[in-house]
Amino acid sequence: MVFCLSASAIQAQQTNEVDALKRQLQEATEKFDRAQQEHRKIIDDLNRRLDQVQAAQTNGVRDPSVPAPGATNTVEADQSGLTAAAAGLRVGTRGAYMDIGLVGTFAAGTSTASDIEGGTQLGGHDPNQRGFTVQGVEATFSGAVDPYFRGMANVLFSIDAGGESFLELEEAYLETISLPGNLQVRGGQFLTEFGRHNPTHPHAWAFVDTPLVNGRFLGPDGLRNPGARLSWLMPTAFYSELSLAVQDSHGETAASFRSSGHVHDNEAGEEVPLAFRHADNDRGLKHVDDLLFAPRYAVSFDVTDTQTLLLGASAAFGPNSRGGNGAGDTDTQIYGLDFMWKWKPTKHQAGFPFVAWQTEAMWRKYDAGAFDWADEEEGQIIDAATGAPAVLPGETLNDYGFYTQLLYGFRPHWVAGLRFDYVQGEQGDYERMNLTLDGEPLGRDPERAERWRLSPNLTWFPTEFSKLRLQYNYDDRKGIGDDHSVWLQFEFILGAHAAHKF
Amino acid sequence: MKLKLLWLTTALALVAPRAIGKINVVATTADFAAIAREIGGDKVQVTALAKPTEDPHFIDAKPGFIATLNRADVLIEGGAALERGWLQPLLQGARNPKISGTAPGHVQGNAGIKMLGVPATLDRSRGDLHAEGNPHYLIDPMNAKIVAANITEAFCKAESKSYQFYRANLKAFEEKIDARMVEWQKQMAPHKGASVVAYHDSWPYFAERFGLKIELFLEPKPGIPPTPSHVASLVQKMREQNVRVILVDAYVNRRQADSVASKTGAVTVPVSHFPGGVKGTEDGYIQLVDYLVNSISQALAGAK
Repeated sequence: MVFCLSASAIQAQQTNEVDALKRQLQEATEKFDRAQQEHRKIIDDLNRRLDQVQAAQTNGVRDPSVPAPGATNTVEADQSGLTAAAAGLRVGTRGAYMDIGLVGTFAAGTSTASDIEGGTQLGGHDPNQRGFTVQGVEATFSGAVDPYFRGMANVLFSIDAGGESFLELEEAYLETISLPGNLQVRGGQFLTEFGRHNPTHPHAWAFVDTPLVNGRFLGPDGLRNPGARLSWLMPTAFYSELSLAVQDSHGETAASFRSSGHVHDNEAGEEVPLAFRHADNDRGLKHVDDLLFAPRYAVSFDVTDTQTLLLGASAAFGPNSRGGNGAGDTDTQIYGLDFMWKWKPTKHQAGFPFVAWQTEAMWRKYDAGAFDWADEEEGQIIDAATGAPAVLPGETLNDYGFYTQLLYGFRPHWVAGLRFDYVQGEQGDYERMNLTLDGEPLGRDPERAERWRLSPNLTWFPTEFSKLRLQYNYDDRKGIGDDHSVWLQFEFILGAHAAHKF
Repeated sequence: MKLKLLWLTTALALVAPRAIGKINVVATTADFAAIAREIGGDKVQVTALAKPTEDPHFIDAKPGFIATLNRADVLIEGGAALERGWLQPLLQGARNPKISGTAPGHVQGNAGIKMLGVPATLDRSRGDLHAEGNPHYLIDPMNAKIVAANITEAFCKAESKSYQFYRANLKAFEEKIDARMVEWQKQMAPHKGASVVAYHDSWPYFAERFGLKIELFLEPKPGIPPTPSHVASLVQKMREQNVRVILVDAYVNRRQADSVASKTGAVTVPVSHFPGGVKGTEDGYIQLVDYLVNSISQALAGAK
């Protein structure tokens, strides 16, 4: 095996070649020693500099040439690491160490709606006010951990409509590199692989905002929680993958499950239906049913030389918040189907032209346990008939919705898109009761009522590292009325940019 | 019983077909696939992920490729960030230890190649630069010999009992290249130092090997589409330097190149790095270089 190539070489070699090789070896050794000395010098230099900086900091005096400590400092420091790579240290090239990237996504625009954040715009990183919005600044760190695992972390900075800053751990997980049997295990904090949109990071979306059905069923920030995922790539001729994620079912990123209903700690952003609000979701984990289970199956094949199809079925099962009050355990079930069709000619430049059609449909079944608002001290809902805190009956609430979007990359760097959103909830018993909150009568729950939206947009990618997107939204909310919004989104990418999935 | 049989046949039909006794080779692009076929002959089954007419920088990471890579014994990638935009998620999904990172079945095509165009500093304001140098090195036939040796080594490791076969094929390929090289150089000799325009900076290795000057591009910076002002200055430079030949990769839109050609009296030559990228080059690597040398030397001769 080893002598395969060298054997032929030896046969052909003459003695003078041996001398030549010896000479080459000597040269290479000298070169290596020289390089090592140079690297030693660089390391010593960096060490000296580090000592100086640390000394300066302990003395309370900061070297002005050194960036201030803090979140941005990390990024700057790492960028200088990348420059060092070009100078010969090769840190971060070839994926050998850690790839670091930063994506900044912003929006500017206006809307006729007075309740943009959580009203017309359901996504936690959607444009959230008239004027400018910081949709998110994502820092991504990734690389091989060792021969067994690879690691990735995605930290997102954002500023809400109130001007308050947030730091979110979107994802941070390790994943096995080579388990036998085509298996792969992921552990940590991650976006649940439910359909196409949920596991996709905001900067890779084809529209400025989250689809309505995702915002309503999977929450403003998408369904993501700490957990583990096992996936199996099936040994079929075409792509076929089965996976199961087990995650915590509580926290603000498990909207239809044991979410607190307080998104981004923002009291105004109580973006879950009234019926889902609860007394107590801190009951912790008592048995395995208290976890969230999310299975998915996806299959893909080429229909022709130029057309690819990807089909998926997802589900998420877990307890919800209404179950903690002695009403017995109540569960939520969400089912989803997704479909993606893409056409790309065999001859294309920079990936253009193309046509991509993507659709996701979901159905949510929410078992709402009976609930007595008398058990709650604050934010009580009153039954207008009795004037006492409302007693909500136990019932099952059904919601469904879908979005369908068409993208047309009509010339290099230009994409035109059109998306249609629709969500609807069957009216529940609690919506038929005569309830009031703070004296205001409640009727149809706005978080479950029918609504639709139409969004055409146009995106220009000057390069793969920047984009400019103009989008118009026509919103029609039953019981509230229609609204018009226009958003201009702009984005930049620095450093490593992980390749996009299909 | 009948149902059982039906299940079994369905299951068998679904399970991935495997060419028995053959090494399953996956190459990212058609040029590596062509060389793998030269070395592997009928002992390998070669699949190229990108089609020869596609822009190799922008291939969709189709899930079907995950299944293909999952079954591969050997993967040949160009390296130097050519596949940066799409290969990584595929490899992560493929979970195939035979072709992962440092495994012997993972051939880094550019191992041992003297890379051109390695940027002194990395700065994306200069366009989409490749930190490890220009990745379009395989178009220099001398580099093809190095790649062929890299591939031979991987094949030998994957199936050591056929090493003599692979080695003989390598030797034959090297001899073919050496023999053709004499012809190619003879054909290109009259055009030493001639200046040629290209759409994208993907021809430095060809230029160096055959003594051409390919320093003017339709793209103002790598990966940036032509702008009117850049095209205007290009037209002026072409007139000043009397440049009459424009190389246009098969996958780019010819419109701009044609318009520049009509303004300068130049001819456009459809070219490709990939066997099958232009008509008449489907048979393999040597035929592709034949085509390039023929068409470029003819265009240069006609332009005089």
